[in-house]
Amino acid sequence: MSKRRVVVTGLGAVTPVGVTVKESWENIVAGKSGVAPLTLFDVSEFSVRFGASVKDFDVTTVIPKKDAKKMDTFIHYGIAAAKEAIEDSGLVVTDENAERIGVAIGSGIGGLPGIESGYDSYLNGGPRKISPFFVPSNIINMISGNLSIMYGMKGPNTAIVTACSTGTHCISSAGRMIQYGDADVMIAGGAEMATSKTGLGGFAAARALSTRNDDPAAASRPWDKDRDGFVLGDGAGVIVLEEYEHAVKRGATIYAELVGSGMSSDAYHMTSPSEGGEGAARCMVNALKDAGLNPEDIDYINAHGTSTPAGDAAETQAIKTALGHSANDVAISSTKSMIGHLLGAAGGVEAVFSLLAIRDQVAPPTINLDNQDENCDLDYVPNTARQMKVDVAMSNSFGFGGTNGTVIFKKLS
Amino acid sequence: MSDIEARVKEIVVEQLGVNADEVTADASFIDDLGADSLDTVELVMALEEAFECEIPDEEAEKITTVKEAVSYINAHQS
Repeated sequence: MSKRRVVVTGLGAVTPVGVTVKESWENIVAGKSGVAPLTLFDVSEFSVRFGASVKDFDVTTVIPKKDAKKMDTFIHYGIAAAKEAIEDSGLVVTDENAERIGVAIGSGIGGLPGIESGYDSYLNGGPRKISPFFVPSNIINMISGNLSIMYGMKGPNTAIVTACSTGTHCISSAGRMIQYGDADVMIAGGAEMATSKTGLGGFAAARALSTRNDDPAAASRPWDKDRDGFVLGDGAGVIVLEEYEHAVKRGATIYAELVGSGMSSDAYHMTSPSEGGEGAARCMVNALKDAGLNPEDIDYINAHGTSTPAGDAAETQAIKTALGHSANDVAISSTKSMIGHLLGAAGGVEAVFSLLAIRDQVAPPTINLDNQDENCDLDYVPNTARQMKVDVAMSNSFGFGGTNGTVIFKKLS
Repeated sequence: MSDIEARVKEIVVEQLGVNADEVTADASFIDDLGADSLDTVELVMALEEAFECEIPDEEAEKITTVKEAVSYINAHQS
């Protein structure tokens, strides 16, 4: 049986540098940072006092106020990005196609701010003060749940949770559902809003975050000698995946084809990458195999590149292992240098950026790359975007628990 | 309109996201104002908070309109 082809027909994003795809992408190509001091709560006692928040986002432009208050913020971001992607695709859900359209939008952590405030209600007033919406407003699959209700989409309704690989795994799994025939269209991606007291405090306690409090915009600096951890970011990235013939038949604009996806496990450590990025390398190889492509076919990699000392070095090693000599010819960048690490949303947002890299034939930059680490010796597109041929783009995501995901998009020939 | 009734209406408008003119004394939270079962649970919690009282579940189930809420509160306020 030949595989059904899967293409991308819509993009949506809410990021620390813009509340739409257009605004976000313009700022990403321009190398603008969205990292700043955190103002959502009193951070004075925290060792890390900055992050990459979403600015100027008005949820009532997307969801009626009455419904919005029953959803924690990560759901707001996820639905906003999904709506933008659906509108961009021109897809209309009807009685005829509803059962063939599904949703797979996940989150790494889910409603952490909502869980905190719900627990506060319990501590202050006892069990009777816990809201009946406490559970449905905070659980991870409620982006998919609410979106399916809003649009009447009656196909698959899932939400994969794999920490920082969530968005990528949701996209690859949604692609497989279309290939296999479970659906003709899938709305897929990830969303996150975990810059809350326990989110910030928890990642800081794990020593995962940069502590560059005196210069937040310079804190996310993948592959730079002075990198010291990642920057916690919020937002959502969602794409519309569609069976190729289905997209052609309705005259949809096609960004690119999802040609391959790979997964692997480090089976090594809760939070550290495996030695030499061994697990990540197998993940990229699996994606190449699935795509039927050779290492030299990859033009651009949107790296995981979180700006942690161990992770950036391991990913560099992994790219060398997976691509061999071609590793020296591929343009690699980390858009996390500008928007921080969006955890479960990272793979969604970075898929959007990879697809726009193909559309606009441009590799976005890695900013703050002033002194490249000698152990990180590949081409990371330092500080300035580069106009170049991008026909094939790879996007990597690696998560706590040693969970790895890679997707490959290819321009339609 | 009593102070209690005005306050109850205000809470209903806020909790259910409806227009004030829809919230008549006899309007049913579920049938007329679009609430579901979870909305009514939260509405009763908001009433408890505002009027500093505790409404047992079996009583809460009987409060389906503004009028019923007002009479419960009138009868049970300390």
